[in-house]
Amino acid sequence: MISVRDLAITFGSGPGAVHAVRGVSFDVADGESFGLVGESGSGKSTVLRALAGLNRLWTGSATLGETSARVQQPRLVQMVFQDPYASLHPRHTVDRALSEPLEIHRIGDANERVERALADVGLGPAFRFRYPNQLSGGQRQRVAIARALMLEPRVLLLDEPTSALDVSVQAEILNLLRRLRVERRLTMILVSHNLAVVAHMCDRLAVMNRGLVVEEMDVATLRRAEPREAYTRQLLTASKGYDREVASGIVTFD
Amino acid sequence: MSTWQDRLLTDTPRSRREARLGALYRSWLQFRSNRLALLGLAIVLLLIVVAAFAPWIATHHPNEQNLAQRLLAPGGAHWLGTDEFGRDVFSRIVYGARITLYIVALVAIIAAPIGLIVGTAAGYLGGWVDAVLMRITDVFLAFPSLILALAFVAALGPGIENAVIAIALTAWPPYARIARAETLTIRNADYIAAARLQGASTGRILSRHIMPLCLSSLTVRVTLDMAGIILTAAGLGFLGLGAQPPLAEWGAMVSSGRRYILDQWWVATIPGIAIFAVSLAFNLLGDGLRDVLDPRQKK
Repeated sequence: MISVRDLAITFGSGPGAVHAVRGVSFDVADGESFGLVGESGSGKSTVLRALAGLNRLWTGSATLGETSARVQQPRLVQMVFQDPYASLHPRHTVDRALSEPLEIHRIGDANERVERALADVGLGPAFRFRYPNQLSGGQRQRVAIARALMLEPRVLLLDEPTSALDVSVQAEILNLLRRLRVERRLTMILVSHNLAVVAHMCDRLAVMNRGLVVEEMDVATLRRAEPREAYTRQLLTASKGYDREVASGIVTFD
Repeated sequence: MSTWQDRLLTDTPRSRREARLGALYRSWLQFRSNRLALLGLAIVLLLIVVAAFAPWIATHHPNEQNLAQRLLAPGGAHWLGTDEFGRDVFSRIVYGARITLYIVALVAIIAAPIGLIVGTAAGYLGGWVDAVLMRITDVFLAFPSLILALAFVAALGPGIENAVIAIALTAWPPYARIARAETLTIRNADYIAAARLQGASTGRILSRHIMPLCLSSLTVRVTLDMAGIILTAAGLGFLGLGAQPPLAEWGAMVSSGRRYILDQWWVATIPGIAIFAVSLAFNLLGDGLRDVLDPRQKK
């Protein structure tokens, strides 16, 4: 479904250029859920934005279905953003946000589709004509998920969908995404720095550091805490919470 | 609280219209708490009513001359006195409201959309489009507006339509600047990225996603500029380049009355007060609107 080969992304040029992604390759099969893990600045979100077609300045190859990721395919790929406070238009009601993709693609029976989409993400019809400022963070993220699914895409890209939410809401959103994935046979790429989230959501994952994929493994390996690479082991230890000894022992990998 | 207020302030509106009305009502409640802004709104509404019902409000025909009754002091049949041709000043003020409103409305209708389109396009598209559009804007900004308007009127010939065109041509660059600045802050927002992912065209993103967000700060700025527009129009009228006699235009009335200002003060003073009151009203209204509409000023 998704194939990425030697993807490299550089911001800027000359001596000040930032090589955000330095040759990343991975494949995601149809219906698979794939995790991209790494610390801040490892390039994982950058890869996702390139796959979504939001950034076209890259080299290498990245294809979704049969087509290059440079071409936007709204009915094949959609994305859920990290910050639900920034991903909904402040002057559009929930109804407007959900009808917009239907209007763009001239899809009929908008009324029923919007109602069904809201019900699918666990929001009642009472939410339909609210503005984003009348919604909580979790409710906003549900609306953002509903919006991403309006065009019935086969691929859903998730950019840290729960990191801006508090813990109890995180679990609700993750369970919602799991359910929708099964119901709609979605192919998903989940970007996260949270190994627990990835272990909960994904079949396979790639660990990124400094724009490179350090290691690819399946979730069973992650659960057994048997990664091959030293960097991944360090990430695993760090994810268990703050520990002074661990913190002092952290090394920079390149 | 009565039921219609409950329905407007509900958290669960039942239709798009109800949601929009509810948002409007909330803004109105906030606007209402500003006394001065209410005063401004009242004067502007009064101006509109006077302009709309001028034939019924005026006591005389605005252009009817009566040389036997020239330069009469306020009082009696002529509430605000008469001018040098014996025309009733009150009636001329009433009819002058039409011209003032006409100028203000036309300038806003011409200048605001031009500024909005130029600014949002420059901000969103960036690159050479931005460079070209903003340098054109800079060129227009570099001229003092009254001088540029004078030049246009001199070239096109005096008259109220040409005055409107001239003022509009000098009024749009600040709007383009505001719209561009606003666009730059939202063009990289996730909700714009989401609209692109949904396959929205550039035109659709500009008109349905970006422009509505620029509209509030633009409305505030246009309202605040109304006072300047009225003054420029009055200035052109004063110089004899705006409305032509015998049209009752406030600036032209001040101009013709200045010869008598020492002995018959009302001929020039009363249109001057009218200009002052309406300009002040638009400023107060603009300030009140800014408190409600401009998110950065929100307390």
